[in-house]
Amino acid sequence: MNSRERILGRVRRALADVTPDQRPYEEAVPRDYLRAHGERTVAETVELLAENLADYRAIVHRTDAEELPTVVMRLLAERGSREVLVPPGLPPGWLAEADPVRVHDRAALTAARLDRVDSVVTGCAVAIAETGTLVLDGSPDQGRRRVSLIPDHHICVVRVPDQVVSSVPQALERLDPARPLTWISGPSATSDIELDRVEGVHGPRTLEVILLG
Amino acid sequence: MSGTFVGMPAFPEAAREAVRNPTLRGNLRHATHTIRAKRARAVGELADWAELREAGRRIKDHTLRHLDRYLEQLEESVTAAGGTVHWAADAAEANRIVTELVRATGESEVVKVKSMATQEIELNEALAAAGIRAYETDLAELIVQLGKDRPSHILVPAIHRNRGEIRDIFAHEMGEWGRPAPEDLTDTPADLAEAARLHLREKFLRAKVGISGANFMVAETGTLVVVESEGNGRMCLTLPETLISVVGIEKTVPTWRDLEVFLQTLPRSSTAERMNPYTSMWTGTTDEDGPRAFHLVLLDNGRTDTLADTVGRQALRCIRCSACLNVCPVYERAGGHAYGSVYPGPIGAILSPQLRGTGSEIDASLPYASSLCGACYEVCPVAIDIPEVLVHLRERVVEGGPAVRRGNKVLLKPAKGHAAERAAMRAARWAFAHPGALRAGQRLASRTRRLHPRTLPGPGRAWSGARDLPAVPPEPFRDWWQRTRGGKDGDR
Repeated sequence: MNSRERILGRVRRALADVTPDQRPYEEAVPRDYLRAHGERTVAETVELLAENLADYRAIVHRTDAEELPTVVMRLLAERGSREVLVPPGLPPGWLAEADPVRVHDRAALTAARLDRVDSVVTGCAVAIAETGTLVLDGSPDQGRRRVSLIPDHHICVVRVPDQVVSSVPQALERLDPARPLTWISGPSATSDIELDRVEGVHGPRTLEVILLG
Repeated sequence: MSGTFVGMPAFPEAAREAVRNPTLRGNLRHATHTIRAKRARAVGELADWAELREAGRRIKDHTLRHLDRYLEQLEESVTAAGGTVHWAADAAEANRIVTELVRATGESEVVKVKSMATQEIELNEALAAAGIRAYETDLAELIVQLGKDRPSHILVPAIHRNRGEIRDIFAHEMGEWGRPAPEDLTDTPADLAEAARLHLREKFLRAKVGISGANFMVAETGTLVVVESEGNGRMCLTLPETLISVVGIEKTVPTWRDLEVFLQTLPRSSTAERMNPYTSMWTGTTDEDGPRAFHLVLLDNGRTDTLADTVGRQALRCIRCSACLNVCPVYERAGGHAYGSVYPGPIGAILSPQLRGTGSEIDASLPYASSLCGACYEVCPVAIDIPEVLVHLRERVVEGGPAVRRGNKVLLKPAKGHAAERAAMRAARWAFAHPGALRAGQRLASRTRRLHPRTLPGPGRAWSGARDLPAVPPEPFRDWWQRTRGGKDGDR
C-alpha cells in the first residue's frame, strides 16, 4: 500500500463516527458575515483606500490621466532613479516624460540584473479599501511577480474607481485563481525585533501608489 | 535555551527554569501585551467578527469531516495546474521525499520561507545529514538559526531575544553562513534588518530551490496561499526554479470563496493588522513567472490520529495565528521553549500531545500546562475549545483509554506518576457520595487549618511543587451558608 492510500484510509477510518453531510457545500456553511463593512459612496471608498494605504506607510498620490506622466517623472526624479523596470504591457504614455533608462522585463533578465534596477512602475488588478491592499495578477501591465519584488521602489497605478472594491470578499470575486496573485499592503516590513516595525526587509522599502481618476 | 526537543524535561521543570529568567519574562510580557492590545483593536473594527469566526469554524469542520474527498480533489487540481503531489505518512517519509527532490535538481542549498510543518518534521536537520544546506529567510527564523536556538513563538519565533542579543548573534555568526554582518553593526532594529537583507539577498538571487509551507490549500482550484510580511516568502516562492511546499493535510479548504473568511480573520488575529504586507497565491506553475517545477508534499505525521479523536480533532482547525499564545498567562511567564515543541502555548499544549502521542514525559505534561482560564478559546478565530481538549487529554493521560497511533487503534495505559491523582479522585468521588463524611472532614480541616503545611508530603509533593497549596477557610462554606442565609430564610 502506498502512502496516498494509507493516509486516505486513515482519514476514512478516523471519520467512521461521523455521519456524512449530504447537503451541498453552499448550504453547509452559513455566510451571514458582511460582504463589506459600512455604507460608503464610491468617493468615500476611494478615500478609505487612500487612508488605509497611508496608514500602512505607503505614499499616496492622486492625479488624472493628463497629469500622470508628469507625476511619474517627478516621483522617479525625487528618488534619483537611473533605471526603471517596465512590465511588457504598461501603457506607454505613463512613462512618456520619465527620464530614467527603461529596462523591459523579459524572461532572460536574471534576478541579479533586476537587483540593479532602481524603480518599477506597474498597474494593478484590484485594490481593497478596507484593508489598504493592492492585488497584482500578472497581467501585462503588472508583469511577473518578481518585478514588483526586487527593485527597492515600487510605483503602482490604481485606476479609480474602477479597480477599487470595498472588501476582501469583493476582491476575491473579481480575481482569477488560475493566475499567480500577489497581495500587497504597504511596503515590506518586519516586527521581529522587539516588535519594532521596520520597513523594507526583502521587498521594496518604498511603495508609492498613484490613484488615477 | 538551545538543543533539541527530544528528551526535553516535562513542562513543569522547563517552566520553572524559564520563569527565573527576568530578561525572558520582560521580553515576553512586553510582546504579548503589545500584540494583545493591538489585536483587540483590529478585531473591533469588524462588526461581523462573531459571524466570521463561526464561518471559519464551520468551513474547517466541514473540510475535516470530508477530508478524504477534499484531499483527492486538491491532488487533482494541483496536478491539472502543472504541479506534482506527494503523500507523506510521517516525518521520515516527508524528509526522504524532499531530500530526493532537492538531490534531483543537483543543488546543495535551498532557501526556506518560515514553515511550521518543516520544523515539525525537522527537515533542516534531515537535509543537513544529506549534505544540503537550508537557509531560513524569515528574519526571526534567521535569528533562531544563526543562534543555534529553537523558535519560541508561532509568529515571532525570536520573541525571547532582545536587540542586543540579536546584534551579537549577527556579528558572530553571519560570516559562517555567508555574507558577514557589517563591522559597525548597531543594535537598532533598522540596522539589524538591513544586515539581514544584505546577508539573505545574495542567497535569494542565486537560489535554485525554494522550500515553503502554506497557510491554505484550496481543493477546488489547487491554489496555495502563503501569508507573510517581509517579502522573503515572495523571494522563495518566485525566484527559484523548483518550489517544494510541505503542508499538513489539515490546511485544506474546499473553495476559493472560503479564503474571504480566513484572509479577514488570520491577519487581525495574528499580527493585529488589517492585512499583512504580502500574500502570495499560486496555482501549479505559470509559464515564465515563478518556478518551472512545483512539488506539493501532503503531510500526515499524526494528523489522521488526531482526526480520529472525537474531542481532540477540533485542534486541526488551527490556522496558526498565535492569538492564543499572546493571551495565555502560562505562556506569558514560561515562554515557548518550555513546551518542548514547535507548537508552543495553548494550541501546542493540545496539538503536540495529539500529533506525537502522550508517551513521552513532556507530551504527558503538556495538557497540564494551563490554568484553564479559557482566554485562548475566547480569542481563537476558529473557536477551538482548547480548555475542553486540555481536560480531555488530562483524562487520557491519567486514566489511559483508546486512541489511534499511526493509524492503528491502541489502548493507552495510564501515564506513570499519576497514581496519587487517581487515588485522590477516587477518594473525592467517595466523599461527594457520602455528605456526612464530607461535612465532618471539612469541619476538621477548618479547625486544624493553622497546623497545615505549606506543601504536601509524600505523593502530593509533586502537585504542590508547582502550585501554592490553597488556604483552608476558617469555616466550611456549607456551615457559613447555614449560619447566614440559611438562618434568615429559616428553611434549614
